[in-house]
Amino acid sequence: MTGIQTQRFPDAPSLSGSSSGSSANLADILERVLDKGVVIAGDIRVNLLDIELLTIKLRLIVVSVDKAKEMGIDWWESDPALSSGARRRELATENELLRTRIAELEARQPHEARDGEEQR
Amino acid sequence: MNGNADAAAGLLYLYAVARDTDLPGRHLTPSPHHPRPVTGVAGEPVELVRHLDLVGVAGRVPAADFDEEPLHRHLEDLDWLATVAHRHQAVIEAASSAAATGVLPLRLATVYRDEESLRRMLRARHEALTAALGRLDGTVEWGVKVYTLPGPEKEERTTPAPSASGGVGRAYLRRRGAERRADEHRARQADDAVRQIHTALAASAEDTHLHAPQNSRLSTHPGHNLLNASYLVRRDDDSAFTAEVRAQVERAPAWGLMVELTGPWVPYSFAATTTGPADGTDDR
Repeated sequence: MTGIQTQRFPDAPSLSGSSSGSSANLADILERVLDKGVVIAGDIRVNLLDIELLTIKLRLIVVSVDKAKEMGIDWWESDPALSSGARRRELATENELLRTRIAELEARQPHEARDGEEQR
Repeated sequence: MNGNADAAAGLLYLYAVARDTDLPGRHLTPSPHHPRPVTGVAGEPVELVRHLDLVGVAGRVPAADFDEEPLHRHLEDLDWLATVAHRHQAVIEAASSAAATGVLPLRLATVYRDEESLRRMLRARHEALTAALGRLDGTVEWGVKVYTLPGPEKEERTTPAPSASGGVGRAYLRRRGAERRADEHRARQADDAVRQIHTALAASAEDTHLHAPQNSRLSTHPGHNLLNASYLVRRDDDSAFTAEVRAQVERAPAWGLMVELTGPWVPYSFAATTTGPADGTDDR
């Protein structure tokens, strides 16, 4: 069968206080079998350049930013200038803000029509 | 090579190289007396091709899938690639458990026309392969990933609190500024913690390798992957290393982090650097 399960950590249960512990995901396997391991030219020229291209494509899926400052802190994901996802969240926040503001203004109008003075 | 003569017999896909004495018999079997061979990327029985004191763990695969043109096409297909990657890894795992001292894992899709060509390679690279086998003898690779624990603060932010008339914009900007500073503070703390974890684990390891962090879409993990590292560990030191991991697992939640362990792997991440180009072909 294709069932690759890297062996479990000896006492996985005590490890996995918060989560799944030790099963390998596809990215774990790909980053090893595609990117690591001994590289020897076979007769079939899997043009290493092509593999490189593929690897880069995979990296786009697998990885946010290569190296990620060596230790991989990626708080830029919440920085609107760097991340479209964060930009969307930003826009959602702005929209929410505007909706609140409109609701406030609309709520104010009947008061103003009635007694003509600022509420609150 | 004279590819046409061997076209009917298929191609030879090489998974790993080991010491000749480590893997007996004609086929790779899950255990010495197991009757059925391990099967490879094309469902083929995995064979043992011997030369000098080395053995190639290889399988006959159809040229229709593994010759240059179809192989290039397949490699662009993530589903095909995922299946082959799993099987490739499974064969190497099996070879590793069968071999007493260990195996050198090859990168995916190393394919030869015939046995003679594979033997020629084993001869040409004998020195480098032997040195690499020696270096990785009795070692395993552990993968350690550190993630942020998903926190509740993100959800709270999207609902602006009601605020004094006219002050909404300014309050929003103030809040954004405070959040940004808090984010930066958290990131610095996480960065420090990740460095501490890596340093502690590296102290119990022979060697380390940092992979690029994984995107949560593929790892299907809710947190952000901050550290994705491999540690080369002597089997003898295994319990010391895993005890250190356990210690870090226990400390991590206090930092808002969690630690995940995979392995033991065949030391893929430490095999690549051990053989330099031997003959100036297009190896890296």
